[in-house]
Amino acid sequence: MSVQPRRPSDPGPPRMSTLSVHAGEAREKPAHAITDPILCASTFTFANTQAVIDYVVEKQERGEYGRYGTPTEMTVERKLAALEGGGDAILYSTGMAAIVGLLMAKLNSGDEVVFFDECYHRSREFCVKHLSRFGVVTRQVKVCDYDAMAAAINENTRLLISESPTNPHLSVVDLERFAAIGRQYAVETLIDATLATPYNVRPLAYGVDYVLHSATKYLGGHNDLLAGVIIGDRERLEPVRKLRGIMGAINSAHNIYLLERGLKTFELRMRRHNENGMAVAEFLASHPRVERVFYPGLPSHAYHEIASRTMRGFGGLITFQVRDADWRATAAIVDRVRVARIAPSLGGVESLIEQPLVMSYFEVSPEDRRRFGIHDNMIRFSCGIENAEDLIADLKQAIEGR
Amino acid sequence: MDSDLDTRNGGAARAAPPYQFRTRAIHVGQGPDPATGAVVPPIHVASTYVQRAAGEWGAFDYSRSGNPSRANLERAVADLESGCGGLAFASGMAAIHCAMMLVKSGDHVVAGTDIYGGTYRLLHRVLDRSGVDVTLAPSTDLAAFERAMRPTTRLVWIESPGNPLMTVTDVGACAEIAHRHGARLAVDNTFATPVLTRPLERGADIVMHSATKYLGGHSDALAGMLAVRDPELWKELYFFQNAIGGVMGSLETYLVARGLKTLELRVREQCRSAARVAECLAADRRVRRVLYPGLATHAGHALAAQQMDRAFGAMLSFEVHGDLEKTKRVAGATRLFQLAVSLGAVESLIEHPASMSHASYHPDDRRAHGISDGLIRISIGLEDPGDLCADLDQALDA
Repeated sequence: MSVQPRRPSDPGPPRMSTLSVHAGEAREKPAHAITDPILCASTFTFANTQAVIDYVVEKQERGEYGRYGTPTEMTVERKLAALEGGGDAILYSTGMAAIVGLLMAKLNSGDEVVFFDECYHRSREFCVKHLSRFGVVTRQVKVCDYDAMAAAINENTRLLISESPTNPHLSVVDLERFAAIGRQYAVETLIDATLATPYNVRPLAYGVDYVLHSATKYLGGHNDLLAGVIIGDRERLEPVRKLRGIMGAINSAHNIYLLERGLKTFELRMRRHNENGMAVAEFLASHPRVERVFYPGLPSHAYHEIASRTMRGFGGLITFQVRDADWRATAAIVDRVRVARIAPSLGGVESLIEQPLVMSYFEVSPEDRRRFGIHDNMIRFSCGIENAEDLIADLKQAIEGR
Repeated sequence: MDSDLDTRNGGAARAAPPYQFRTRAIHVGQGPDPATGAVVPPIHVASTYVQRAAGEWGAFDYSRSGNPSRANLERAVADLESGCGGLAFASGMAAIHCAMMLVKSGDHVVAGTDIYGGTYRLLHRVLDRSGVDVTLAPSTDLAAFERAMRPTTRLVWIESPGNPLMTVTDVGACAEIAHRHGARLAVDNTFATPVLTRPLERGADIVMHSATKYLGGHSDALAGMLAVRDPELWKELYFFQNAIGGVMGSLETYLVARGLKTLELRVREQCRSAARVAECLAADRRVRRVLYPGLATHAGHALAAQQMDRAFGAMLSFEVHGDLEKTKRVAGATRLFQLAVSLGAVESLIEHPASMSHASYHPDDRRAHGISDGLIRISIGLEDPGDLCADLDQALDA
C-alpha cells in the first residue's frame, strides 16, 4: 500500500475499508488517471536488449508476456494480499484453477493430501478422480475431527485441506488447531475461505499456510466475473506462480479490472452481507415450517462457539431444511421466491437461491447424498445486499405458500 | 414506470410488493438475460440491429436511437428517481445540454448561483449565442429568486446541495415558483443522489445527474442521466437525445448499472464519514469555516434535514486560516485524498474550486457568488473516516 502514515500521531496502519479502496495500487498511475487501466496487451515491450537482460537478471516486477502476469493483475494481487494479510497472492481464471494450480505445484506422485470431507464437490472430485491418476493419494476425514486428521497423516502427507465455513453446511474449522496439526507434522495447510472472506476471518493469522478464494464470490461481488486466488507466503508460493505461467489459467484484463472495482466496495458489501445473513437466518430459525437452519451466527448452530470466537461476522450464506417437505414441496418454495434468483454461485449483490439436491447433487446416488449430508428438503440461500426486510418478506411468502 | 422486479427468465410477471430503494437499485432493469439466463444482463455493444423487413421496425434499430443495455440503465435510474423514464448520455454536460435544448432564441433561463462551473459555462458561453437570456439568482433566497423570473422564462435550473458552497435549495418551493411563471424546473441532483433527495417527488420536472459521480461511483465511467415524470416531456427530450447523439456508451451503461447496485450502501457510508470529517474540521483551530449541510451552524441545515433523507451528503468545503499559498499547500499535502476534480467515488478527492472545478466562472462572478480563492472542496470516499481525518490533520500543517 502506497499510503503510509508518517506522523507519530497517526492511528496505525490503514483500516480495511481504506485497504479495499487503495491497497496495492500505485499512488501515481499511468496518465495520472485515478483508476488503473484495463491492460489488454498480450505482450510488453522493452526499450532495448539491455532492458530485457535487466528484467531477467534483476527479477523485475513488470510485464513481459501476458501469461506471466500484467501490471494491473499485479496490482489486484497486491490488494488481495493486503486484505488477507499475506505476502503474495496469485490470481487465476477461476477458483478451481487456483486450487488445481496449487495442488499441481505442490504434489508429486506418491504424495498424500488429507481433506475434511465437507468441501466443494468439484475440489473433492479433482483430488479423488484426477490427482489419483498422477499417483497422489487423497484421504478424507470427517469435518472438524482433528484427531482423525492427525491420524490420517503419514510420512507422505504434504497438504491438509479444508473449507471454513464449509459449503453448504457452514461448519467452522478451529483454524488454530488445524494449523497446529500442520506444524506438528510439518505438513502445509490450506483453507478455502471463500465463504468467510478476509473481512470475517484471516486464516493466515492463525498460522494456516495458504488461503484459497473463489474470487467469483464475495471478492468480485457482482456475479459478473470468474476468478480465483491463492494467498500466502511469497517464497512458498514461488513454484505455484511459476507453474501458473506454464499452465496458463490466468485471468483476463477485463475481469481483473472488474475484480479491482468490486474490491473497492468489499468492506461495505461484507458488512451488509453479514447483517442480511444474520437477519434472514434469525427469521428462518423462528419460522415453524423451517426444520433446521445452518448458520454460524445462530446459537443453535453446532459451530457457533468457535465461529463467535474467530469470525467478525458470519457471511451471507444460509442453508436450511423445510419441515415435513419432500423434494417437490421444497422446490415449490424455491420457485415461489421472487427477489432471489435460482442459480448456483453465491456472494454477489443479487441474492441467489438453490436446492442443493437439484443444483449440484441431482446425479449423485441417494447413499452418497446421505453421506454428504445433502437432504431433499435442503435450500441454500445466498443473501445479497438487498434490503433485509424485502428478502425476509419474500422468503416468508414463499415458505408459507399461497 | 412501475418498480416491479424483472421476472425470472420468461416467467410471467406477477404483481410485486413495493420494494425498498436498495432492492430496486439491484434489480430494476437488471433482470436476467432472457436469451441465456445470465444473472447479469449482457453488455450490448452492437451499433445496429437486424430488422425483419423493410419498414417493419423492431424494438431497437440503431444504437444512437436505443440500445438494450442503455434502456436497462435508463429504466433503473428513472425508477430510483420516481420518474416515468430516463435518458442516458455520454457525460453530465451532454445531459445538461439536452435539457437546455428545451429553450429557444428569445427564451430566458434562471439558474442558481451555486452551480457547477460547466453548467455556468454552457449557459454563458454556448446558450447565450443562441439568443437565450440567462440570469443567475440565489436559489436560497426564494423572494430574490422569484424576482429574477420573467414572462419569457422557460427553464429554471438549480442544484442542491450547491457546488461548491453546499447551499441547500428548497426544491418544492422552486418548483412552485417556476410553474407559477410558466417555466419548468430542472434539478441537478448529482450531490444529493436519489438516495437522499428525489426532486421529481417534490415537483421538479427534470432531474439531472452527472452519473460519473455517485451513480457510477468508481471514477471509471463518464456518464450523464436525465429522468422526468411526464411521458410527453420524455418524448421531447428523447427527440433531442437522438437528434444530437450524445448517448452513453454500452460499456459505461454497464459500469453505471453495476455501480447502482451499491449506490445506497456507498452513499450512506460516505455521508456518515463526511459528517465525521466535518466535525473534525469544524473543531480544528486551523480551519476558518466549514460548509457542510449536516452541521447545525450551516444556513441550510434545517431545510436539508427536511429535504434530504436522514443524511447530508458526502461533499464539503472549507477554508483554512492563511493566504492562497497556504490553501494550495494544504490541498496538495494530503496523502489519502487525491488532488483531482470530480467527486462521488470510492476514492476521496480534494480540489481547489477557484483554480479547478470553477475556473470557468468569470472571476467577478466567483467573488460575487462567494467562491473564495481560499476555498477547498473535498469529496469523501469509502476509506475509513479515521484514516481520512488523520490525513487532513497532517495536511493542515502544510
